[in-house]
Amino acid sequence: MSELFPRKQVMGFVFSMVLTAVALLVYFLDMSFTAGMTVLLITAFVQAGLQLVVFMHAGETDDKGSIYTNIFYGVVIALVTVFGTLLILVWDM
Amino acid sequence: MEFFERFAIPHPSPAIYASMVAIALTMVAIVAGLTYFKKWGYLWREWLTTVDHKRIGIMYLISALLMLFRGGADAIMLRAQLAVPENKLLDAQHYNEIFTTHGIVMILFMAMPFIIALMNFVVPLQIGARDVAFPRLNALSFWLFFMGAMLLNISFVVGGSPDAGWTSYFPLAGTEFSESVGSNYYMIAIQIAGIGTLMTGVNFLTTILRMRAPGMTLMKMPMFTWSVLVTNVIIVFAFPVLTVLLAMGTFDRLFATHFFTTTNGGMDMLWANLFWVWGHPEVYILILPAFGVYSEVISTFARRNLYGYKSMVASMVLISLLSFLVWTHHFFTMGQGALTNSIFSITTMAIAVPTGVKIFNWLLTLWKGKIEITTPMLYSLLFIPLFTIGGVTGVMLGMSAADYQYHNTMFLVAHFHMVIIPGVVFAMLAGLTYWWPKMFGFMLNERIGKWTAWIIGISTLVAFMPMFFSGLDGQARRMYTYSESTGYGPLNMISFIGAVGLAVGFVLIAYNVYYSVRYSPRNISADPWDARSLEWATHSPVPEYNFAIVPQVDSSEAFWDAKKKGHELFKGEYEKIHMPNNSGVPFLMSCIFFVWGFSLVFSMWIPAIAATIGILACMAHRSFEKDHGRYISVEEVEETESKLRGAS
Ligand code: HEM
Ligand SMILES: [Cu+2]
Repeated sequence: MSELFPRKQVMGFVFSMVLTAVALLVYFLDMSFTAGMTVLLITAFVQAGLQLVVFMHAGETDDKGSIYTNIFYGVVIALVTVFGTLLILVWDM
Repeated sequence: MEFFERFAIPHPSPAIYASMVAIALTMVAIVAGLTYFKKWGYLWREWLTTVDHKRIGIMYLISALLMLFRGGADAIMLRAQLAVPENKLLDAQHYNEIFTTHGIVMILFMAMPFIIALMNFVVPLQIGARDVAFPRLNALSFWLFFMGAMLLNISFVVGGSPDAGWTSYFPLAGTEFSESVGSNYYMIAIQIAGIGTLMTGVNFLTTILRMRAPGMTLMKMPMFTWSVLVTNVIIVFAFPVLTVLLAMGTFDRLFATHFFTTTNGGMDMLWANLFWVWGHPEVYILILPAFGVYSEVISTFARRNLYGYKSMVASMVLISLLSFLVWTHHFFTMGQGALTNSIFSITTMAIAVPTGVKIFNWLLTLWKGKIEITTPMLYSLLFIPLFTIGGVTGVMLGMSAADYQYHNTMFLVAHFHMVIIPGVVFAMLAGLTYWWPKMFGFMLNERIGKWTAWIIGISTLVAFMPMFFSGLDGQARRMYTYSESTGYGPLNMISFIGAVGLAVGFVLIAYNVYYSVRYSPRNISADPWDARSLEWATHSPVPEYNFAIVPQVDSSEAFWDAKKKGHELFKGEYEKIHMPNNSGVPFLMSCIFFVWGFSLVFSMWIPAIAATIGILACMAHRSFEKDHGRYISVEEVEETESKLRGAS
C-alpha cells in the first residue's frame, strides 16, 4: 500500500500551501516595501519550481533534457527582458 | 435605434459604403452558390471539421492569399494618395486607417499564415510523420487565426478601423486620443489570432521534437524543418509577451486601467517597450522560415547538397537568441541614455553576422552547382541581392546615433519593405510554386511564373528604392500628404509606378493559378523537381496518412540517397494506420471567440459573458470527451496505394 501513496505529491501540496500562506503574510503584516518584495519574490520562485517538478513532472521522463533546456532558455530570456526594460525605462532614463 | 448607432462608421466615405455593398453581395453570392451546388455538407465534412495538417495548410494558404489582396489594395491606395503633392484622394483620417490596417493585415494576417501554411503542409511530410502532434489543436489554431483576421477585417464597415499604426503606440491608442472602437478591434482581433499562433508554436515544437521518422536525428533534419523548429522556439517565447501586452491594452481601453496612460502612475513608453520585445523576434519569426525555403530551393536547383549545414543551423540558433536582445533599436529616439543605445546598437549589428553566414552559404552552394532556373529558383536568386540592400540599410539604422536621422522617415519604410518583400514574400511565392505540385497534383505554369517573378522583382526596386532617397531628404512616414515645394513629388510618383507593377505581379499569380488549373497536365510524377527531401517520396496529391510505411532515414537528404545511392526508405509491410478523428468543435469554439471578440469591441457585456461561458464549455467538452481516433485498415491502405501508384 505504502508505495501507492503519493507521498511526494502530498508533501508538495502541503509545502505549496505553506508558501502561499507566507506570501499572504506580506499583506497582513506591516512590512517594509523591500522586505515584502523579497518575501514575495522568493516564495514565487520556489513555488514555480515546486509546481514544475512535483506536479508537472519535469524531470521524470526521458525528454527531461529538452524540458530543462527550454526552461533555462525561458529564464534567460525573461531575465534579459526584465533587466533590459529596467535599464531602458528606469536606470538609464 | 440607439443600440445600433454604435456600429456606425465615425468617418464614412462613398468608398466605404461601396465596400459595404460589395461585402454584402459577396456573402449572398457565397451562400447562394454553396446552396445551389449543394456543397454545404462537403464544406463541413472535408474542410470546416478537418484536422488533417495538409488541409489546414491549404486553408491557411487561401486565407493568406486573400489577405495579400486585401493588404495590397490598401497599399495601392496609400501610394496613389502620395503619388502627387497635395493629393485629395484620401483625407488624413482615411490615410491613417489604411496604413494601420495595411501593416496589421500584411504582417499578422498575410505573412504569418503564409508561413504557417507551408509549415503545416511541409513539416510533417519532411519528417516522415502522419500528422502533427496535436491535430485538433492545429485546427483550433487555424480557426482562431481566421476569426481574428475576419474580426479585424470587418472593422472598416462596422464601427471604424484602428488608426494608430500597426504599432499602436500609447497614448495615441488610448481612449483619450482614439475614441472610436478601432483600437479595440486592434487589441482583440490580434489577441484571438495571436493565441492561435502561440498554439501553433507549441504544436510544431512538439511535433518536430517527438515525431521524426526513425533515424532522423536533429542534425539530419532538412533545413526547412530546422528553420521551422527555431521559428517555433521564438514563437513560444515571444508571443506570450504580445498576449499580455494586448490584454493590458484592452484593460486600459475597456476598463480604464492605467498601464499605459500618462497620468496616475501609467507609463506610455512601456507599450513601445513591450511591443518591440515581441515585435523584433516577430520579424525573425517571419524571416527564418523564409530562409528555410531558400535553403531547400537553392540546394534542389543547384543540384548540390546545402553548403555548410552545421553553420546554417548554428547561425539560426544564434539568430533566435540575438533576436531577443535588440528590441530597443526600434525606439532609439525615445529618450533613454547613450549607454543603453550603444548596447543595443552592438547587439543589432551582431545579428548581421549570422545572417551574413547564411548568405555566403547559399552563394557557396550555388558556386559550382549545376544551376537550373525554375520559378522558385528565380525568386531565390532575386532574393539574394535585393535582401542584401534591406539588410545593409538595417545595419545603418542600427547605429543609434545615425538613427536619429533615419528614424520614422521613408528610409525606414524602405528598409523594412526591402527585407520583408525579397525576404519573406519572395520566399513564400517560391515555396508556393515549389510545393504546389505536392499540394494539388499539377504544376503552376513556369512561363507565367517567371514573368511574374521578374515583374515583382523589378517592381520591388522601383517601388522602394526611391523611398531611401526621399527619406534621406526628410520625408516622414505616415504623413498623408506633402507640399510641392518639398520636391518629393517625382520620387513618390516612381514609387507609385512600382506599386502598380507589384499589383500587376500579384494579379498574374492569380491568373497563373487559373491558367494552370485549366491547362496544366495532371500526369506528373510525384517528384517533378528531382528534389531531395522526404515530402517528395510520397504520392502527389498526398494520401491522408502521408506515408503508407514510415520511412527510415539516415542522412539529411534521405530521398536523394534513396534515388541515387540505393538507400531503402520504406522497409516492411503495410500495417493498419492510426489517424485522428475530425471534429467540429475547433470551428464552433472559434465562432464563439468571434462573438466574444465582437462583443468586447463594442463593450456589450452580456453577450461577452455568454460567449465566455460558451468557450469554457467547449474546453470542458474536450476534457471529458473520449476520442481515441480511428484505424485505416491494411486493405484500405493497399487500395489507396495501388490507385495512387497508377496516377503518378
Ligand atoms: C540585418 C538585419 C537587420 C537589421 C540590422 C535591422 C535593423 C532595424 C532597425 C534599427 C530598425 C528601426 C529603425 C527605426 O525605427 O528608425 C528596423 C525596423 C524594422 N525592421 Fe529591420 N533590421 C534587420 C532585418 C530585418 C528583417 C529581416 C525584417 C523582417 C523580415 C525587418 C523588419 C523591420 C520592420 C518591420 C521594421 C519597422 C517597424 C516599424 O517601425 O513599423 N528587419 N530594422
Ligand atoms: Cu528590429
